[in-house]
Amino acid sequence: MAGADSDDSLYPIAVLIDELRNEDVQLRLNSIKKLSTIALALGVERTRTELLPFLTDTIYDEDEVLLALAEQLGNFTMLVGGPEYVHCLLPPLESLATVEETVVRDKAVESLRKISHEHSPVDLEVHFEPLVKRLASGDWFTSRTSACGLFSVCYPRVSSTVKAEIRQHFRTLCSDDTPMVRRAAASKLGEFAKVLELEYVKSDIISLFTALASDEQDSVRLLAVEAGVSIATLLPQEDLEALVMPTLRQAAEDKSWRVRYMVADKFSDLQKAVGPEITKNDLVPAFQNLLKDCEAEVRAAAANKVKEFCENLPEDSRETIIMTHILPCVKELVSDTNQHVKSALASVIMGLSTILGKDNTIEHLLPLFLAQLKDECPEVRLNIISNLDCVNEVIGIRQLSQSLLPAIVELAEDAKWRVRLAIIEYMPLLAGQLGVEFFDEKLNSLCMAWLVDHVYAIREAATCNLMKLVEKFGAEWAQNTIVPKVLGMANDPNYLHRMTTLFCINALSEVCGQEITTKHMLPVVFKMSNDQVANVRFNVAKSLQKIGPVLDSNCLQTEVKPVLEKLASDQDMDVKYFAQEAISGRIKKMKRNRK
Amino acid sequence: MHLYEEDKRRFLKADIISTVEFNSTGELLATGDKGGRVVVFQREQESKNQPHRRGEYNVYSTFQSHEPEFDYLKSLEIEEKINKIRWLPQQNAAYFLLSTNDKTVKLWKISERDKRPEGYNLKDEDGRIRDPTTITALRVPVLRPMDLMVEATPRRVFSNAHTYHINSISVNSDYETFMSTDDLRINLWNLEITNRSFNIVDIKPVNMEELTEVITAAEFHPHQCNTFVYSSSKGSIRLCDMRASALCDNHSKFFEEPEDPSNRSFFSEIISSISDVKFSHSGRYLMTRDYLTVKVWDLNMESKPLETYQVHDYLRSKLCSLYENDCIFDKFECVWNGSDSVIMTGSYNNFFRMFDRNTKRDVTLEASRENSKPRAILKPRKVCVGGKCRKDEISVDSLDFSKKILHTAWHPYENIIAVAATNNLYIFQDKVN
Repeated sequence: MAGADSDDSLYPIAVLIDELRNEDVQLRLNSIKKLSTIALALGVERTRTELLPFLTDTIYDEDEVLLALAEQLGNFTMLVGGPEYVHCLLPPLESLATVEETVVRDKAVESLRKISHEHSPVDLEVHFEPLVKRLASGDWFTSRTSACGLFSVCYPRVSSTVKAEIRQHFRTLCSDDTPMVRRAAASKLGEFAKVLELEYVKSDIISLFTALASDEQDSVRLLAVEAGVSIATLLPQEDLEALVMPTLRQAAEDKSWRVRYMVADKFSDLQKAVGPEITKNDLVPAFQNLLKDCEAEVRAAAANKVKEFCENLPEDSRETIIMTHILPCVKELVSDTNQHVKSALASVIMGLSTILGKDNTIEHLLPLFLAQLKDECPEVRLNIISNLDCVNEVIGIRQLSQSLLPAIVELAEDAKWRVRLAIIEYMPLLAGQLGVEFFDEKLNSLCMAWLVDHVYAIREAATCNLMKLVEKFGAEWAQNTIVPKVLGMANDPNYLHRMTTLFCINALSEVCGQEITTKHMLPVVFKMSNDQVANVRFNVAKSLQKIGPVLDSNCLQTEVKPVLEKLASDQDMDVKYFAQEAISGRIKKMKRNRK
Repeated sequence: MHLYEEDKRRFLKADIISTVEFNSTGELLATGDKGGRVVVFQREQESKNQPHRRGEYNVYSTFQSHEPEFDYLKSLEIEEKINKIRWLPQQNAAYFLLSTNDKTVKLWKISERDKRPEGYNLKDEDGRIRDPTTITALRVPVLRPMDLMVEATPRRVFSNAHTYHINSISVNSDYETFMSTDDLRINLWNLEITNRSFNIVDIKPVNMEELTEVITAAEFHPHQCNTFVYSSSKGSIRLCDMRASALCDNHSKFFEEPEDPSNRSFFSEIISSISDVKFSHSGRYLMTRDYLTVKVWDLNMESKPLETYQVHDYLRSKLCSLYENDCIFDKFECVWNGSDSVIMTGSYNNFFRMFDRNTKRDVTLEASRENSKPRAILKPRKVCVGGKCRKDEISVDSLDFSKKILHTAWHPYENIIAVAATNNLYIFQDKVN
């Protein structure tokens, strides 16, 4: 019967609706995520008249549920009957835009912005714009902060009278009593400026920007910096000097280090926004000051921008500016008292060599690289090593290798395992640049020593490193240099080292290929299946499963299978388990192959 | 019998009020106790038929903020006692407060709910499961009014940042950050981020044997977001400017009164330790409380306090016995009235003191059940030293040192005060006609 059929299909929906208010958050969340299914079953009419009113009042829920709801409603237009009825979504989103949780509010604003585009120009003025006004003049700052994000989406599509009102509302929020609202306004100032007519940018936005940039709250002033960058991109060059630069200059010398930090952090964007002339006259000295700032956080942020700043300097005067203005500051930073500053510099300083060319690099930068390679802080040395490729292109790495080696060795033996881990990760890169001879001579022994490190994470990284090295240097190299050493460890008295052999084999079998695996590795694995330590034996089972794909089927059938079967009847539970896993895994694989 | 007594005492101990705080409008008052509970009182709204009830505070919400915990790594018990409560500015219909014990700060939301969804698909009105085959139409739940319910929900937990005991929390005027202070360090948090805090002051010496001073309290300036002060066990106050650098180990101002050599004794350092520091509402003055005095400092004068008020100078001769019964280490707090013209702080024997800064008059009042019937007028009390006491006076020797008033609060702009006397909370206000 048709009726019975429809009952069947109603049941899952009924469950979903009931679970909208289940005590278990996970179930509620699940239902909210399937809100579109519910809405589809209810139809557009009931969705508008019953579901949405219910959701509008459901703002008592957990954040994650509200967040999911806010997101869902952004995609609900078709489910309420298309753009004609999209304004029905405004009430629930409005109430979500006033909750205290920022992520939920932001998501509600995002959805509101999204559906604003689906409003017809008339609906925008009749429904959407009043909502923005309501939020903007709400009692609580949560609603006023949400309003700040909505002005820019409705402004371009409303009549000029409404536009004037919107500008007025934005102005009011920029001088709100609470710092939270002023922060929200400051962070949306740039975005709002973009949709305004240029005359209003000059008349309205500039004065708001100037006011926010001299706000008593540090947290407001620092947000104004970003707005300043956006505004600068909008104005014609000739207005920049008079309208924006005085404020930005003041921000770069603000009493609060957090504001100066923000300037340093946005420096590249700023530089692009104001163009080459102002960069030469204004930004270069400002940047010098930031590099010499008394607060280490600011110096570190500026140091991070050194390369980008230099790259973006106008070509005609780039080298002179770097050599006479920037490099002296950089030299000082190399011996900064703060290690974060030094390591920030170390992460970009190598990039200067491509800009300055071979001769300058050798004469001026090389001594700095060498000094940083000898720095007491491992992070500084690591950052230099990780960027070696930049120098390699310009002067070749040989220039550095004399100092490089002691630095690498020291890092490789650092007492902190995280430092050792970091240098291991650069080994394949270094090996590639230094070449196989240098590697065999100087670095190979380090790589092998890591295999017996007392920290598991290092041993694990060391096996992975070997694999990458083989990918670089080839199977033949592997057979001659590393495979014998790896296999030798199978006889080590320490069972952890014996297991490392197995892990290495797991990693190496594929890159080394069938021949080396079958001829050299497999016999060792078989031998280890008799190991007295159960952990080694079950790792043999795991290894056999792993390297199976590399072997040919004959070998699998005649050699691997008997060993696994023997392990499957081991006394130890775990060994049995993994052996059986390996056997069944192998069977699945063979079946798949047959298909 | 013995056990019973012990239980009773423990029960009482959990009830001892450990902090009192009005919110920014004075509509709500929160107390925390040694049992980790927070009780929020709400002021009755004015009603025509009971005009005198205006101003009465009734319980609005009670919740367990902190539970006793055990730090297994250090084999230390972590008490549930609420050390401080600070309200956040109101941001929507709900109220928010920060509460802290020795280690963990929590952000609580106190909200009202007066609607309840009704109507299930799979259950009928009485909660019986319906036969799924009888479901022929979908029902969307409807919200119906219900009795007002006040809920307290934990919104954030700021933990694992303090090695020592937290003594203060303070919300910044940017309403975005707050600081938490322990004996040796001050950390700065963003109210929205719980997994990261920034250390802004660290006075821990490399070698703990060189430790001579601990931080006793700290507070942000009421309007300048970059300024905060912290007080020390040596009686000094440091003012720091967060604009100058990320780590504020170097203070920008240092307030200290030079010690009078003639008054020097074994107890000098102990009694000069500052137990509380508070900015005035205007932000111009600082008030500090040490064992015997309360002092008002002008932010523009570091060399000596502007005003010094004796809280209970008659105890100066009894320091030895106060040291023996540990009372000398009691941490008295102090508060400003709404216009910064009167200050209040506690003493022993359930006495508390008020000092009018303009008229220089002071008064001793008593918070006790016997003399505080509803709407009774408080009588000033007097302590006499030595010799004979007049009828209405009380001798120093008969003061009860177990009845101490450590925590008090003043309504942000009206003359309403809250006084915590061990496990009782008293609310006094100006006469209403």
